[in-house]
Amino acid sequence: MNAVQILAAGVVGFPVIALVVLGLSGLLQRPLSESTVDRIAKASVALGFSAALGILGIMLWTGERAAVLDLGNFVEIGTEHFHFHMEFLFDRLSIPMVLMSFVLVGVIGSFANIYLQGDAGYHRFFLSFSMFLVGLLFAFLAGTIETLFFGWELVGLSSALLIAYFHERKAPVENGLWVWGVYRIADGAFLLAALLLHHLTGEGEFMRMVSASPWPEGGLHIDPWSTWIVGILLLIAAAGKSGLVPFSGWLPRAMEGPTPSSAVFYGALSIHLGAYLLLRMGPLYSGSVGLRVVVFTLGLVTAVFAAMASRVQSDVKSALAFSSVCQVGIIVMEIGLGLWYLALIHIIGHAFLRSLQLLRAPTLLRDYRAMENAIGGRLANGQPIWVNQLSAQRQMQWYRFALERGYLDTLIESWVLSPFVRFFRICERIENRWMSFLQGDSKKNSDEGKRVVE
Amino acid sequence: MNSLPWFELLPWLPLFGFFLTRLLPRVEARKICLWSSGLTLGLATLLVFSGSSASPGWMGSWWGWNLVHVDEFSGPLLPLTALIYFVTLLATVGHKTQHFSYSGAMLSEALTMGTLITDNAWWMILLLSLGVLPMWFELRARGESTRVYELHQGLFVCCLVFGGWLSERTSAPSLNASVVLLTIAVLVRSGAFPFHLWRIDMFQKASFGSSILMVSPMMGAYLCMRLVLPTEPDWALHAISGLSLATAVYASGMALVQLDGRRFFCYLFLSHSSLVLVGIEMATPIGLAAGLSMWLSVGLALTSYGITLRCIEARVGRIRLDRYYGLYSHMPTMAAFFLLTGLASVGFPCTIGFIAGELLTESVVAYSPLIGSLVVVATMLNGIAVMRAYFRIFTGTRHTTTIPMRSLFEEQVAIIGLSLLIVAGGIYPQPGVASRYRAAVHLLEDLHRLPAEGAVHAH
Repeated sequence: MNAVQILAAGVVGFPVIALVVLGLSGLLQRPLSESTVDRIAKASVALGFSAALGILGIMLWTGERAAVLDLGNFVEIGTEHFHFHMEFLFDRLSIPMVLMSFVLVGVIGSFANIYLQGDAGYHRFFLSFSMFLVGLLFAFLAGTIETLFFGWELVGLSSALLIAYFHERKAPVENGLWVWGVYRIADGAFLLAALLLHHLTGEGEFMRMVSASPWPEGGLHIDPWSTWIVGILLLIAAAGKSGLVPFSGWLPRAMEGPTPSSAVFYGALSIHLGAYLLLRMGPLYSGSVGLRVVVFTLGLVTAVFAAMASRVQSDVKSALAFSSVCQVGIIVMEIGLGLWYLALIHIIGHAFLRSLQLLRAPTLLRDYRAMENAIGGRLANGQPIWVNQLSAQRQMQWYRFALERGYLDTLIESWVLSPFVRFFRICERIENRWMSFLQGDSKKNSDEGKRVVE
Repeated sequence: MNSLPWFELLPWLPLFGFFLTRLLPRVEARKICLWSSGLTLGLATLLVFSGSSASPGWMGSWWGWNLVHVDEFSGPLLPLTALIYFVTLLATVGHKTQHFSYSGAMLSEALTMGTLITDNAWWMILLLSLGVLPMWFELRARGESTRVYELHQGLFVCCLVFGGWLSERTSAPSLNASVVLLTIAVLVRSGAFPFHLWRIDMFQKASFGSSILMVSPMMGAYLCMRLVLPTEPDWALHAISGLSLATAVYASGMALVQLDGRRFFCYLFLSHSSLVLVGIEMATPIGLAAGLSMWLSVGLALTSYGITLRCIEARVGRIRLDRYYGLYSHMPTMAAFFLLTGLASVGFPCTIGFIAGELLTESVVAYSPLIGSLVVVATMLNGIAVMRAYFRIFTGTRHTTTIPMRSLFEEQVAIIGLSLLIVAGGIYPQPGVASRYRAAVHLLEDLHRLPAEGAVHAH
């Protein structure tokens, strides 16, 4: 084991240890004091960050472009070529993302320590927070598509639990469930894509999949139809995770969580996970112009829609949420254009800016007042010139469209959820009638069935 | 150790417990059940993990009946089934003891263990047919209508007996009829659509604990492995597989819209047990290994899930999922366990269900991407249903009560023990998966659905 591998083990290992300690203390009902929890969280981030920085330094010194920490096969059935390979890849894409994650999680963890001090859910928050960090590291550092899926799932669960953090109120819980539902759709699409890729290439490792070339070079050698199917599935997964159209509605819902989690998850890190997936799978998209057009178009539609929606939101967190979606849309456009490094730099810059904005959100009015006092007048509150070219009626229509967030959630509810629930309720009613018939007591049981359905 | 009929003791221990519970008062009955069930679990674990092979047993020595046969497939099912019974009994505390049929549980365990240690067709048919009786007695004792149960189980027993009888004939029409009848028996016992109503009826009318014990050992799948897989042509396997897949998707959708806690659990279990059958009926080594791995993970995770739901039900009454209970602050451990077991059942990372789910999806996608996508849809819907139930029961409001709702010592032991197994199986899955794969290969070789082992490996 060389120095890079020891450091790599530290990058992943320290946050995992923190998660295990916090998880066990909760499960065994041995709660740790807030200061201990804080120390564990800070230590895991500081040690992980130092290790990641060390790897970066060594790689810059030696000129290596990629290093691998191979944990071997988690599960293996040799004769069937089935293996679940755990491998972490440190390259030009993952190292910047990991460093960014540690910095943001560390800063926001310190903020949360004060923000949530004395709160009944303090331990719960930091448990989910640790799970999120582990999931994120697994996803960003994944050297195999299976490892990426592993991290992807952990991020999803921790996100849903953090949105529902204030769990004695209905709204956060309902929003948490909504987000979980969207994430499960994304998970499903990702899982199918991963398995199809596995079958088509016979590989799970990214490096081998793309002809052993370091990111962003290389290409996937699969037939065009398969490229389309896998590409679209991955795009659905990315859209779900990053809040692209038509899934954009979940992001403002996610703001129900405490400010630190909003900042770190939906403003900075979690929202970029979909874009990261597209970047990581860049070699797949670079081989198909048609797919890149689809990616670019989805990014464009998302950016335009989110820009409109963010301008008319009445609360600051929702406005910032749509601003984030707008930027992610632009990042996806860049990916569609094949501007890999620009997209990577855009992600990092956007994540830091948005975290700062979200952390300052609770004191927005005071900040505005300070700024106005400094410039000695009102801040500019204009609107784009092209808006004035529209008729008043058209302006109102677009305003309502933006205010109602493109009716996306309403459309999903009325076109997907309601028919789904109605169909299964009808099935339930039929089952109850059939059961009543079998029981030979139709009136009593069909009444009972109705009660259950209602 | 092999010289004694240890495997044969596995059904006799609970049977002994059954007779004692009939003689002793109710307070003693619980202790007797726990002892006999605990001993069964200990013995099963010891025998399986020490690699003991089955000896002819007393019946073999006395009457020449070589009934006992435990192989790599059924071996791990013995401790799993014994564990299911033991933890269910252990977590039966407080006022649940008043409504639970201890003698029924013991009789049921004896019959189930008896079925698992034999591969003799007629002995299995007899025990599986008798296995429907404890629940029937319980429904009668509770004064509930038994017609739905009787109709389904009657059909099951008839199909099983006639199917078994016809399978011994040599004419083609008889064999075809046998195939159809045995297929129907598997579908009824597994609760595949449209034969699933008896399960819903049972969960609503019988005690929750007995219902869990009736479905968790998944004897329909066992029947399928022992009696159906060896004889059935591919078209019949595809029929069961297709119907199981439809049931998995349908039940996952139904679980998502349920308003009653027990019905929700019933559909959730149905969906997962159908996925087990999907894997088994693919009759390929990896598909079968996936089905068998899923069997272990579903058996463990969903039994634990059911036990938690039952513990909650014991405190707040029948659970409705159209309202929020907000129980988190009163039972945080139970909440964590509920989430853990639910997520384990849908194959969340670091839990026992993860690799089983991956393996199943992988094998099904390899067979047909379209069918694979349906498995993914079922899993996705189940995941949403699990989280919905968690949110409804533990969050959404502040629950005020003057009664302490913390979990009792026995419940905690059951919960923590099962949690450790679920997580350990998720962190170190290789031995379990490898064992299930070996069992799958040996079974398929025995059934001549695969070439000999060497040839497979060479391929």
